[in-house]
Amino acid sequence: MTAAPQSHAHDSDSSFRPPLTARLHDWVTTVDHKRIGLMYVIMSLLFLVVGGIEAMLIRFQLWTANNTLVSADTFNQLFTMHGTTMIFFVVMPMIAGFANYLVPLMIGCRDVAFPRLNALGFWLSLFGGCILYLSYFTGKGLYGGGAAPDVGWFAYAPLTSPAYARGGSVDYWILGTMVSGIGGITFAVNLIATIVTMRAPGMRLGQVPLFVWMMLIDAWLILFAFPPLTAAQVMLLMDRHLGAHFFDTQAGGSAVLWQHLFWFFGHPEVYIMALPAFGIISEVVPVFSRKVIFGYTSMAMATAAIGFISMGVWAHHMFTVGMSDALDAIFSAASFLIAVPTGIKIFNWTATLYGGRLRLKTPMLFALGFLTMFLIGGLTGIMLAAVPVDWQVSDSYFLVAHFHYVLFGGSLFALMAGFYYWFPKATGRMLGEELGRLHFWLLFVGFNVLFGPMHVSGVLGMPRRVYTYQPGQGWEVWNQLSTIGGVIMGIGFLCFFGNVMHSLFRGKSAGSDPWDAWTLEWATTSPPAVYNFEVVPEVRSRRPLWDLKHPEDPDWKHE
Amino acid sequence: MSSGAFTDSIGHDSTSTWSTAQVGMLAFLCSEAAFFATLLIGYLTYAGVEMAGPTPKSLSLPLAITNTVFLLLSSVTIVLSLKSQSRTDRSGFTLWMLVTAGLGMSFLVGTGFEWYRLIYHDGLTISRNLFGTTFFTLVGFHATHVTVGILAMIVLVIRRSKGWMAVDSEAPELVSWYWHLVDGVWLLILVLVYLMGR
Repeated sequence: MTAAPQSHAHDSDSSFRPPLTARLHDWVTTVDHKRIGLMYVIMSLLFLVVGGIEAMLIRFQLWTANNTLVSADTFNQLFTMHGTTMIFFVVMPMIAGFANYLVPLMIGCRDVAFPRLNALGFWLSLFGGCILYLSYFTGKGLYGGGAAPDVGWFAYAPLTSPAYARGGSVDYWILGTMVSGIGGITFAVNLIATIVTMRAPGMRLGQVPLFVWMMLIDAWLILFAFPPLTAAQVMLLMDRHLGAHFFDTQAGGSAVLWQHLFWFFGHPEVYIMALPAFGIISEVVPVFSRKVIFGYTSMAMATAAIGFISMGVWAHHMFTVGMSDALDAIFSAASFLIAVPTGIKIFNWTATLYGGRLRLKTPMLFALGFLTMFLIGGLTGIMLAAVPVDWQVSDSYFLVAHFHYVLFGGSLFALMAGFYYWFPKATGRMLGEELGRLHFWLLFVGFNVLFGPMHVSGVLGMPRRVYTYQPGQGWEVWNQLSTIGGVIMGIGFLCFFGNVMHSLFRGKSAGSDPWDAWTLEWATTSPPAVYNFEVVPEVRSRRPLWDLKHPEDPDWKHE
Repeated sequence: MSSGAFTDSIGHDSTSTWSTAQVGMLAFLCSEAAFFATLLIGYLTYAGVEMAGPTPKSLSLPLAITNTVFLLLSSVTIVLSLKSQSRTDRSGFTLWMLVTAGLGMSFLVGTGFEWYRLIYHDGLTISRNLFGTTFFTLVGFHATHVTVGILAMIVLVIRRSKGWMAVDSEAPELVSWYWHLVDGVWLLILVLVYLMGR
């Protein structure tokens, strides 16, 4: 350790680098929103690899009928861990990372409102993930039960009751998601206070970039969706350890109450993961179409409408439980309703593309991929909101196809667009364009080969969450296509990680504004200094950087 | 052009009338409200369900009303404390804050007495029946929040007396907001559990 500073002292032209331990210490104790944002993203990518490996094991097990690659118990753990990981420890931290890094830069402030609370939120999220994965190291568990949780990501009662879930596996699921959920609440509190009170001089709420708008609504959704989950998980812990009867049907409790409480969180959660994606697309599409976003106001209003309606549609996850016809009808109608604001967004993006001078760089490719894939996911969503259709295909692979088109084709494609778009800002280097294109096309083709056939296997009757199936039902070929698609996507992600590694050290230098963009984050250096801006320009329109670049024709004359 | 639509609702620019800490506290209190709403829904789901063992009828209404008086008074005294703070009346601030904490503690003693009777005389525990399950969870989390509030007040008093807190600190006001929420939740509990549930 003592020798480390000397070895670096020879880099006469570069600035002095402190020893590794000191740098690690800096990162661990940092309260800088940019570093915390980057740590969120790195955490997300690590868990993406883990969740991806779990998905590949699932795909290989389903390659052929009566396969014996993994046991039934292991398979149950795999799909539980895959779902929980991807939602709570990949998409959520990636969103928190983007928001943390970008929102203060976009609204022209020095840091978030409560930097230490921000750091707490990150470490809670990370520890939540660690708690979840500790379960794999607990061997046989307390009473000889399995190690990792195996109850599915929505952990329905009575599967989670002490009688069926012995040992500590479900407790790891509860505590891991609860701790990271509390981290999510601190993140939301921070974000709201930052956006509402810390905007640059002159920047009205009606002038913030749409990504900021969507994150504001997103944070409110987190505030109202996560506490009910926390409360439900507290009830479940009481049931499991103190002998309470919330979800214990034998003592008069209700297993359906868990479903209501879980989906009251679970459905807004879908939009918590989708709104930031919408925000990213709303930033990428205009810049790469060289046009102002079409319908800024309707976009913001549609976001608010989605946020509002999404709190009232949760029971469309429960049509097969046997609710009353009236409830079925109400929740079905509310779910159809949400297609309206979502449709407004799709049309706004399309109208922004229309007549634009499109630059098909990697971020734009991913944005276009998002538009098409999310559209398919949205359309199957409308099908599933119709109760009779839902009764036929619920809990089949059709449903699995639907939500992967929404969450992978939607959220993750958009997050990838954002990754390619803002990587130059965060690192000062461009991601390689060739590898980026290869990554996109492998992902796009692999994604459709993987999840497209699931629509068919689902309609053919293949239920989700089965560890194997009998031959002769015509399911093999669709499953094999899916597995091949999975392998293609895996290769795509290898390209991605190779690209990131290569570009971090040898990427082309980016400069402060490589895409000729218009929002404030591009007005500072790449990467930004600790203090973000030397001078914060006064904001008079929605595109402050355009005004700066074009003093002869600024936006505020037209808005 | 159309940006005016948003400007009326929340401030006209970053010089908002709300401070950063106030907005943060408000957002946090919203999440707290959602948490308690869920526990209340849990209670109401099983209210009136046929079950063996003690029912809400074994609750003592006079005790609950006494407790309510403690909490309502404490909401008044914490406002008096804030008034003293704005007049930079240090002893008045400390006095009223301690009175508030004392009323909170009286509430906790009342709750402790109630629980003692329920557990040892009526045999109601969290595992006895659904009433015990939902009642102890709801009231227990509320009492925990009262405890946290009292601790926060004691911290405020100590910081003020040691001179660690600025005269114009927002902390007492934010603690009072939290305290009012805890009070409001109790009023809901009073109505839904002690009055309607009997």
